[in-house]
Amino acid sequence: MNEGLLAVSLVWLFVFIYAILGSIDFGAGFWGMVHRNEVQGEAGALANRFLSPTWEVTNVFLVLLVVTLVSFFPAAIYTVGMALLLPGSLVLILLTIRSAMMAFQHSVRRFKGALEVVSGVTGVLIPSLLVSVLPILTGGFIDPESGMLRVGKLFTSPVTYAYLAFGLSSQLFLSASFLADYAREADNEPSYRVFRRHAVRLGPLTLITAVLTTWTIGQEASWLRQQLLEEGRWFLLSILAFLIGYLALFWKRRDRQKYRGWPRVAFILFIIQYALASFAYGRAHLPYLVYPSLTVDNSVTNPEMFRLLMVSYGIGLAILIPGFYLFWRLFLKDKRYLAPKEEGE
Amino acid sequence: MKKVKPLEELTIARSLFGSSLAFHIIFATLGVGLPFMILVAEVVYQITKDRDYPLMAKRWTKAQAILLGVAIPSGTIVAVQLSLLWPRFMEIVGEVIALPFQIELFAFFLEALFMSIYVYAADRLSAAARVISVFLVALGGSASAVLITAANAWMNTPTGFEVSGGEITDVRPLDAFLNPSFASAALHVLVSAFMTGAFAIAGLAAWRLLKGNQSRRESAYHRKALVLSLLVGGVMSLATAWNGHVAGQVLYDHQPEKLAAAEGHFKTEAYAPLAIGGIVDPEKRELVGAIKIPGMLSFLADNRFDAVVKGLNEFPEENWPPFYVHTLFNLMVFIGSWLILLSILAWVVHWRRREKPLPRWLLWLLVPSGVLSLLGIESGWVFTCSGRQPWTIYHYQRTSEAVTDATGLGLYFVLFIGLYLLLLVGTAIVMRSYFRRHPLSEAFATTGNGLGKGEVKHE
Repeated sequence: MNEGLLAVSLVWLFVFIYAILGSIDFGAGFWGMVHRNEVQGEAGALANRFLSPTWEVTNVFLVLLVVTLVSFFPAAIYTVGMALLLPGSLVLILLTIRSAMMAFQHSVRRFKGALEVVSGVTGVLIPSLLVSVLPILTGGFIDPESGMLRVGKLFTSPVTYAYLAFGLSSQLFLSASFLADYAREADNEPSYRVFRRHAVRLGPLTLITAVLTTWTIGQEASWLRQQLLEEGRWFLLSILAFLIGYLALFWKRRDRQKYRGWPRVAFILFIIQYALASFAYGRAHLPYLVYPSLTVDNSVTNPEMFRLLMVSYGIGLAILIPGFYLFWRLFLKDKRYLAPKEEGE
Repeated sequence: MKKVKPLEELTIARSLFGSSLAFHIIFATLGVGLPFMILVAEVVYQITKDRDYPLMAKRWTKAQAILLGVAIPSGTIVAVQLSLLWPRFMEIVGEVIALPFQIELFAFFLEALFMSIYVYAADRLSAAARVISVFLVALGGSASAVLITAANAWMNTPTGFEVSGGEITDVRPLDAFLNPSFASAALHVLVSAFMTGAFAIAGLAAWRLLKGNQSRRESAYHRKALVLSLLVGGVMSLATAWNGHVAGQVLYDHQPEKLAAAEGHFKTEAYAPLAIGGIVDPEKRELVGAIKIPGMLSFLADNRFDAVVKGLNEFPEENWPPFYVHTLFNLMVFIGSWLILLSILAWVVHWRRREKPLPRWLLWLLVPSGVLSLLGIESGWVFTCSGRQPWTIYHYQRTSEAVTDATGLGLYFVLFIGLYLLLLVGTAIVMRSYFRRHPLSEAFATTGNGLGKGEVKHE
């Protein structure tokens, strides 16, 4: 594996991690808004309880992604920076409003209603803008003269909307499956049933939109569709993971108290599904970072910097992994946080 | 080749990025300073066992959590806007000075993880785990500040690479990281942030003490907070001044134009005077209306009165920094000196008065110290960045070469300014509202010691 390939794999890994974390984070915001007025089962409250401590950490992954790209592929910055000025700036503004509201409402309850709406609306808008980056990278949307984005073309192209449909349905599907698992961990059966139902409905939709996207890509980027079709076996494996995971939502429990479904198994398989599909998409995208001008090998940084960056990753992760573990124990595992009502009983 | 950028677009890009930085600096500085104060309070509690100190730590943490909600996204804005607005600059950054940015991320992670843990799980942590968490928050924030300053220092004194035929070669990332102005700049940023966190608290505590109708217990609490923050603030402002002096000597060695502009100094000479105040007359090429202390600039620059300090006349005019940096430099130094004097004065008065309340005139003097300290920080940053102009990377890349070719930046400028105003107002409202609804008297009343469990309630 040469340096360029190693670096781009790392960047793509971070894209994948942020896509999953971001899906759950933004999706939870959306579900929190949808269910904000339901008293029974408190599905909305559960979604927001998950969001409170995690959004800061999720946000750091976005910065990690940007900095990693800059560090490993400095020669790509000009092209990418020019093309993403508009979507990038809009994401920044929306993200800032959302984050500030998160922090504010934790301190002042008066903002609670406003937050739920802001968090829900931005939970759809931000991922849409982020997903629109993918078609930009596949070529055809950057004006070769000025280097700027053809905004009109981007927002009238069916390809963009195919990506959006796929991105949003995936986000809502993944976050619903995650929250179903989170609800079960909190022994909150009514919320579990709500989120399981969402996951069951959205699952097939993600498959349909995925096929639709692959089909429309050919319009703008026939090179990519060609290469995607060559990765067919990875996509088949991905679909297989989905099918088993989807079935797991219907498996009966021995415990009669609990509704059917094994959300942990399902969610893990869905992660595997998306990991396989992302891997295949990434492979098909090679050797281009931005089609047709930037390839991985002509944008990668110098060997000395590369070596030191890898060393810094090693040390950084060694320090952070225990921190992540503690974080997980405290907010995703600890019953006292998951279901605080039981404390007084 | 690169198209020539209209000057207005460059000005807008600089204004936009400058505003983003100026906005972020408020929250970032407090985000380094407050955790340090929280840590100090937690440690003082372990020594004195006085329960007022963990209560302070707890209330400051509340403020810090609100500030962090703005600090994190505004930092994200700065990180992303760097690439969006200055793509040609970031190309070189990526090749040469990517390392501190990368390590800074890990520090940022550390801070965000343990801040969440400290804020949302405080009631489930043991005392030791709580102190360790806040220590890691302070460590993460401080390390972030140091690492980002490394990148800024490198822009002033770029090292660790060669340029041949327009290509960057022979990159030595560690040399770039440990560039000549790194140590002094990083220390300056760090201690001045600690100073600002302390004076922000001192200002608020003085404000509380000025307001009547408080129980003895409450005023005792505020007095303790005031004295503690003045101690930290006094020490840190002294450290800032000493180390600012070292930073000035680095300018003398490495960026003579900047030092000359900071002093409005045109003629190269020995026994150069230190100029306080005054405005540059660009026609006559001299500083008008300044108080001059003979020989002092030479002495400060190189520890000798006969040291020759280069003047602006020595350099081509197109490489001159803007003249207003002299005023910014004066403002920064003036605020720093004032805060040193003020903390010494306040300590002497406190010590002599013992149990008796502090005089109102002193409290009134102390109230604006937090805002002044922030103003000092801002003028310092604007000074160092404007004083580097016309360069983004000193003597390697001009700002006009670094800027994006994208047009229509005016719209973004308006949008972001609107966002920043909204957030400033929002933060102020939330702070006020929170501390009104959770007054100190209530914290004393409900639990006796203010350290109730289960403060984090969920609906």
